[in-house]
Amino acid sequence: MDNLQLKDLYEGFRDPSVIKALAKQINIEAKKLEKPLYIMEVCGGHTHTIMKYGLKQLLPTNIDFIHGPGCPVCIMPKERIDHAIALSEQKDVILLTLGDMIRVPGSKSSLAEHRAKGYDIRPLYSPMDALGIAQDNPDKKVIFFAIGFETTTPMTAALIDRTVKSKINNLFFHINHVLVPPAVDAIMADKRAKINAFIGPSHVSVISGAKIYLRIPEAYKAPVVVSGFEPVDVMQSILMILRQRNENRSEMEIEYSRSVTLEGNTKAQELINTYLHPRGHFRWRGIGDIPDSALELRPEYAKYDAEKIYADVLPQEPIDDHKLCICGEILKGLAKPHDCSVFGTACTPNKPLGSCMVSSEGACNAYYRFAEV
Amino acid sequence: MKDIQLSHGGGGEETNSLIRDLFYKAFENETLLAAEDAALLKVEKNIAFTTDSFTVSPIFFSGGDIGKLAIAGTVNDLAMMGARPLYLSAAFIIEEGFAFDKLQMIVDSMAKELKKSGAKIVCGDTKVVPRGSVDQIFINTAGIGEVIKEGISSNDLHLDDVIIVTGDVGRHGAAVLMEREGLGINGDIQSDCDTLWPAVEALIDGNISISAMRDATRGGLSAVLNEWAEQSSVCLEIEEAHIPINEPVQGICELFGFEALDFANEGTAVVCVAPLHAQMALDILRSTEVGKNAQVIGRVTNKKEGKVILFSSHGSSRYLDLPKGELLPRIC
Repeated sequence: MDNLQLKDLYEGFRDPSVIKALAKQINIEAKKLEKPLYIMEVCGGHTHTIMKYGLKQLLPTNIDFIHGPGCPVCIMPKERIDHAIALSEQKDVILLTLGDMIRVPGSKSSLAEHRAKGYDIRPLYSPMDALGIAQDNPDKKVIFFAIGFETTTPMTAALIDRTVKSKINNLFFHINHVLVPPAVDAIMADKRAKINAFIGPSHVSVISGAKIYLRIPEAYKAPVVVSGFEPVDVMQSILMILRQRNENRSEMEIEYSRSVTLEGNTKAQELINTYLHPRGHFRWRGIGDIPDSALELRPEYAKYDAEKIYADVLPQEPIDDHKLCICGEILKGLAKPHDCSVFGTACTPNKPLGSCMVSSEGACNAYYRFAEV
Repeated sequence: MKDIQLSHGGGGEETNSLIRDLFYKAFENETLLAAEDAALLKVEKNIAFTTDSFTVSPIFFSGGDIGKLAIAGTVNDLAMMGARPLYLSAAFIIEEGFAFDKLQMIVDSMAKELKKSGAKIVCGDTKVVPRGSVDQIFINTAGIGEVIKEGISSNDLHLDDVIIVTGDVGRHGAAVLMEREGLGINGDIQSDCDTLWPAVEALIDGNISISAMRDATRGGLSAVLNEWAEQSSVCLEIEEAHIPINEPVQGICELFGFEALDFANEGTAVVCVAPLHAQMALDILRSTEVGKNAQVIGRVTNKKEGKVILFSSHGSSRYLDLPKGELLPRIC
């Protein structure tokens, strides 16, 4: 493995001739479809791949994508963003978070606007950087506003583990980690949902295992394929779904066999379970309240829980999106970004009204940025 | 002298010795040494005039430093208008306590970069501000050049013109990103920071019909292409696979989810030339050091006015948009 280059990990999976060959097979297989195929790609990373590589253009008209809720920034309700803003205003606080969270508008302001006012808000590339910041600023209270699906949760858990074991007493956590399967159930509970197949995110299953989807094919009579994020992965997954449909099967299959197993990373799962457990309910932006769909710190670690420590100053009232915003319908696959009256006009990546426009993984942002010709 | 002190910006003896021993030595020329209140200059032709401030963090990065950048940045802006860079001003705002050795290194690097275009620093200013008022050092340079090739304009791209990049894209942005504290990654990425004048002069000497030229600084290649499409009301059709991107740069993009096309460059330009001159322009560029990786990436059409269309090798296409958000502050 000495000479392994990063490009070896993706080059073959972007090979134009392979993409074209898969497109050809998909087009042949799709002729046999009795009903149109509505594939929900649950994760925003897949939406990004589909738009960036223009994959939809290579598919027949009886296959459509429905862009799912798997963008951690997009599903964050305004009141939780207001939490981050309120925390940053507290005395001696340094607020840390990841990437796009900085730009998401809360009810009155965004973290970026707040930072411009002089509050100490820092975006991190790696959660582990929080340790150094806490150690370098012993007289400050450093709060990590943790976001993400199953994929990023282990990093937060590892950070909590280091904080606890190194007895760092000025690093606190505001946990917003959410889970994929309950969100899928919530979307399918809407009788209007047209989805009849799923592409599941491979990175989630690298951690949680493919087992988390085992009951979905049975429950919704829909194939699930756990897919990688390169264009060849996505095309291959579509072909696998088509074959299942045409053979009248509804099963969970793994396309991303290079890293995903049924059980997943049990070490990471143990680490997460040590420090975090499901919270009773969590309100998803655009979808609403979903039981057991997010995590929180276990009560024995309450002294690290910024949500408990600062409970008095954190707003609790739910705040809905702008009334013209249809992110909720888009997240459920009932509308496309172009169906929204403010898409690209009043709502743009520079001035997002709704959550789907904010992150590069949001459906509206991807449509805006990688618009098809 | 170990550190710069407030007295070095006070206008008295210490200021004079800093100017004499450091700046005059490094930038020596008659006009500067005349030490008048303003430089007296004589220019025969139409002149191009530009200014830029440099606040890059870190001030020393792989492939360059704030001094090299301050010269290359302003010289390149002149070159992009077909102007031979002649005279520059240089103003330094320095934080109290800044190490003199570092200032010496920055000034030496500026002097070295000036040699590539033959431009001279003919006037300058030094301010020292209390600790915390600036982050180490900020530099402003302004420059004038004589226009030796008229008519180069971002507002005047012609149908069927050919788009060339002078080298692989995104290296400056990637290099600065990699150097940022706390990122903890190592890699062989050097900023492309360089003076483009030798390549531009070669194109002009070769009588290439140049419609437009722009160095792809902040906003990267994406920004230049979009600005051109909009300013000239044309469509730019670009072959994605033809855009040169160096492997470690692509690697850093993969790791962090960036696009190399959005990353800043500091020694890479986009050149739009008449179709008949495209091959000649490419050959000329490739014969220069700074243009040795030049590549034709697309052409000007009227398919969709004001838009840039990116074609993939697997048969799909999409619009290329301007980069959004705070990709990286203080990149230059």
